[in-house]
Amino acid sequence: MSEMAGVNRDLFHLPEEPHHPEGSSTMLGFWMYLMSDCLIFAMLFATYGVLGTSYAGGPGPRELFDLPLVALNTSMLLLSSITYGFAMLNMTERRQGPMLAWLAVTGLFGLAFLSIELYEFAHLIHEGAVPQRSAFLSSFFTLVGTHGLHVLFGTIWLVVLMVQVRLKGLIPANCRRLMCLSLFWHFLDVIWIGVFTFVYLMGMLR
Amino acid sequence: MSAAGHGQGNTAAHDHADHLNEEAHGSRKGYWAGFALSVVLTAVPFWLVMTRPLTAQATAMIIMGFAAVQMIVHMIFFLHMNRRAEGGWSMMALLFTIVVVVISLSGSLWVMYHMNENMMPAMDMSQAG
Repeated sequence: MSEMAGVNRDLFHLPEEPHHPEGSSTMLGFWMYLMSDCLIFAMLFATYGVLGTSYAGGPGPRELFDLPLVALNTSMLLLSSITYGFAMLNMTERRQGPMLAWLAVTGLFGLAFLSIELYEFAHLIHEGAVPQRSAFLSSFFTLVGTHGLHVLFGTIWLVVLMVQVRLKGLIPANCRRLMCLSLFWHFLDVIWIGVFTFVYLMGMLR
Repeated sequence: MSAAGHGQGNTAAHDHADHLNEEAHGSRKGYWAGFALSVVLTAVPFWLVMTRPLTAQATAMIIMGFAAVQMIVHMIFFLHMNRRAEGGWSMMALLFTIVVVVISLSGSLWVMYHMNENMMPAMDMSQAG
C-alpha cells in the first residue's frame, strides 16, 4: 500500500483487509452447516411424525422393532462419543499415538453401529417390511437411513483424518479438521437421542 | 486462557491452535460426567418402555422429558456449547435453529393432525362424485 500513502484522496474502504488467522472462522462455519443439517433432520422427524401411524394394513412398530437391539446400537454410539472425547483430550495434550488409538476405537464403534443397523434393516426387509410397504415404513427408512448415512460418512472422514495425522502430524489444519469431526460426531449422537426416543421407544408405546 | 500463559507452541499458529483447543475441549472429568449422565438418561427410558411400570401416557411424557434433558447434556458436555463460544454466534445460530425446528415440527403435526381429523369421515368417493 506504499504507493497509496502519498495520494491525497478519501478512502471509502479499508486499505487492507483485517487480518484473520487462517481457519479462524472454520469452526463457526462448520457449526452453521450442522445447524442446517439439523433442519434436514427436523423435516424428516416431522414427516415421520405425520406418517408414522399410516401402516396401510402392514406391520407396525410393535411387530417390527427389537428394543434390546436398539439399546445395543445406542450404547455403541454413546461409547463412540466418549472415546472421541478422549481422542480430543489427547490431541490437546499433543500425544499423537494415544489420539490415533482412541480414534481407531471410535471408528470401530461407528462400524459396529452401522453393522447392527444394517442387520436390523436386512431383517426388516426379509420380513417384507420394505420402504414401499407403507408410509410408516417409507418415513422410518428415510429418517433412520439418513442418520446411518451420516454415521457412514463420519466414519470415512475419521479414517481419512487418521491417515492425514499419520502423514503430517498434529499440524493446526489437522487439529481444526479433527475438531470439526468432533462436532459432527457428537451432533449425530444428539440426533440419535431423538431417533431412539421418538421412533423406537414411542413406537413401542403405541 | 491466554495464549501467552500456555506457551508450548513456538509459532503464532501454534498458539492459536492451543487457544482453540482449550476453548473447545473440556476435561476428562467433563467427558465422564457427560457419559455417566447420558447412560442414566438412556437406560431409564429403555427400562420404562421394556418393563412398562407406568401407563403409556405417563411413560411417553417421561421419556420425552429425558430425551430433552439428554440433548442438553450432550450439548454442554460433548459439544461444549456455551454463551461465549465464537463470540456468542454459535449460541445464536443454535437458538435460531431450535425456533425453526419447533415451529416446523409442531406446525406440521398440528396441521396434518387436523387435516386427517376433518378429512377421514368424509372420504367416501362414491358420494363425492
